[in-house]
Amino acid sequence: MSEITASAAPPLPAVAEKIKFYGLWVATAIVLLWLPIIFGSGGSLTTFSLIGISIIFALSYNILLGQTGMLSFGHAVYYGLGGFLVVHAINIIGANKLPIPLPIVPLIGGLTGLFFAALLGWVSTKRSGTAFAMISLGVAELIASSALILRSFFGGEAGISANRTKLLRVFDWNFGPQIQIYYLVAAWTLIAVIAMYALTRTPLGRMCNAVRDNPERVQFVGYDPHVVRYLAFCFAGFFAGIAGALAAINFEIANSAYLGAAQSGTVLFAAYIGGIGFFIGPIVGAIFVTFLSLGLSDLTPVWQLYFGLIFIAVVVFAPGGITGLLMMHRPLLKAGTLPSVLPSYLVALVPTLAMIAGLILSIETIVHFSVNPGSDSHIKAFGVSFDAASPFIWAMAAILLIGGFLVARRTWTWVGHAWDHATSTAREKGVAA
Amino acid sequence: MLELIVISTLNGVLFGMLLFLMASGLTIIFSMLGVLNFAHASFYMLGAFFGFQISRWFGFWPALLIAPLLAGAIGAGVERFGLRRVHKNGHVAELLFTFGLAFVIEEIVQIIWGKSPVDFRIPPILDFPAFTIFSTNYPAYKMFMLLVSIAIFAALLIILKKTRVGLIVQAALTHPHMVGHLGHNVGRIFMVVFGVGTALAAVAGVIAGPALVTQANMAGLLGPILFVVVVVGGLGSLPGAFIASLLIGLLQTFAVSMNGSLSGAFGPLGPDYASTWLADIWSVTIAQIAPIMPYVLLVLILIFRPMGLLGTRET
Repeated sequence: MSEITASAAPPLPAVAEKIKFYGLWVATAIVLLWLPIIFGSGGSLTTFSLIGISIIFALSYNILLGQTGMLSFGHAVYYGLGGFLVVHAINIIGANKLPIPLPIVPLIGGLTGLFFAALLGWVSTKRSGTAFAMISLGVAELIASSALILRSFFGGEAGISANRTKLLRVFDWNFGPQIQIYYLVAAWTLIAVIAMYALTRTPLGRMCNAVRDNPERVQFVGYDPHVVRYLAFCFAGFFAGIAGALAAINFEIANSAYLGAAQSGTVLFAAYIGGIGFFIGPIVGAIFVTFLSLGLSDLTPVWQLYFGLIFIAVVVFAPGGITGLLMMHRPLLKAGTLPSVLPSYLVALVPTLAMIAGLILSIETIVHFSVNPGSDSHIKAFGVSFDAASPFIWAMAAILLIGGFLVARRTWTWVGHAWDHATSTAREKGVAA
Repeated sequence: MLELIVISTLNGVLFGMLLFLMASGLTIIFSMLGVLNFAHASFYMLGAFFGFQISRWFGFWPALLIAPLLAGAIGAGVERFGLRRVHKNGHVAELLFTFGLAFVIEEIVQIIWGKSPVDFRIPPILDFPAFTIFSTNYPAYKMFMLLVSIAIFAALLIILKKTRVGLIVQAALTHPHMVGHLGHNVGRIFMVVFGVGTALAAVAGVIAGPALVTQANMAGLLGPILFVVVVVGGLGSLPGAFIASLLIGLLQTFAVSMNGSLSGAFGPLGPDYASTWLADIWSVTIAQIAPIMPYVLLVLILIFRPMGLLGTRET
């Protein structure tokens, strides 16, 4: 018996691996401390805070989608309720001068998220798969519509605001300046990320994966998939509540948009674009999507359309997300066959970029004529100025789009061949692909 | 009171039949492809906007024919070039694909027709009161909507149950491989069914467009209710979807026409509570909570009958 357990259980990690593992977290903490020193402007501090909140939220979402295989369209409910409760809590604490400092207030949001997840989760997680997705959508609509009815608690359309600086001070920080909020968000992000990583290593985390992969066998081993899904749902609600609380502290306001379908959609986009198969995926996705939504909105008025197109492209062509794409190359890197694929990537890149440029050009031209048809046709998109009324531009857009597509399709086949060749070589060398 | 009941029943059945026009396509697509088309309400919206545009150019009657055909063609294209490609990545990827599609369609509609409602009017030939009950004039256009949806419902029933095509479609629902072995092109059946399903949603859009508001958020408003219908009815069950459509249609219409509230029933709340959140609950009318009724029904169904009314299978 002991021999079997010895062979089945993974070996204890070597000291070098332990140092590598803990070193990674320490390095992350140091980077978080250093970031505001390098990028000290108010704008970048706000961006970092938003990214931190988005990371917690996306990771909490991945407890559902990536770890347990539950596709939720209503995760913002727990985020939003956490935010609302925290705004009310800050107001109550401030009015009654309770001895509670701001840094532990996000915990209130987390407990709120946990409470509502525990309340609504049992019914929601009764079924998995498509039914769960629809139920989460229905519950989200129920809460979001109720929020507009209960005006005195949710503040109607205007929302509820709070003043975060009136709380008990610790180390003489009043959390007025953005830099202090940045450190608050950074600390909570690090704690939440470590906690959620630890969760994936617990037996519960493993059972979640089992429920995702084969709920029937989980039942045979003696676990109830419904209970496992429910527990995962509660944890996800807890961390979503923390994210919502930090967002409410950051903006000093909570409104009905926090609970809405758009917020649920954004977190789904972030987690999926980043890649739900790896723990780091939603982190990458949260960073990418936050930068994208901040950056694209400056470049083009129809940035949400591009956002949706990017999402569809990821779903169709790269279901593993950004991290999935990168991780695919790991066996090749180990076997040393990566250089044989890179040239074909470079070749494919040129027509693909041409096709994308043509697509953007046509979209922007069409947008110009349908949104503001009467105005000046010299428009600027993505920092490039062009005349949307000139037939030359139309011809160029068509040539880039169609020609680019035809050539690109050829080069994609090459990439496929080069890829197959490289992976089979890697397999021959004994690296599992 | 009797007047209210008659009118509300008529309106409720009408809304229910409209819901069923969409839910039927959604249910058939779900049973066949195993994927719940998140963008189904978007095709309803496309139908309304195509109908608006075409009726502007050629009149309402051509629009009633062309708009669903156009939307159906787009739907078939989506199945052929989008869903079929995503199919190998599993159901979650398929659902997410349609989710992204719904997002993109809404953006495109906003770009082309703007965010504010468009002026989609009832055709003059149907713009008269059909009959008068007690003191209320019931518009002819609503009767027309009711007739169209009942006619399509009957046609669908006959095609599915009585014709050879319906037989093949029914067989492909449960045994796609066997149907394939018998020499039918299952891929094409899927594509056509998807196209027909989206075209039905577009018909609903064209006839509902003038009566309701044709706006870029109409898919977002109706979509969740549509999913409530299919979950309450039981995923994949056509009769269940029919019952649930009528149930939700009637529920919501009756709720809208009722004005009762807790304060009306039990008198005003004591002054101690007047400024608390309890006052909100106390004074809210049934009409105000009508929008959340379907979701309350969903939660109740999930507690007492998780399979849905006539549902049989898990997931």
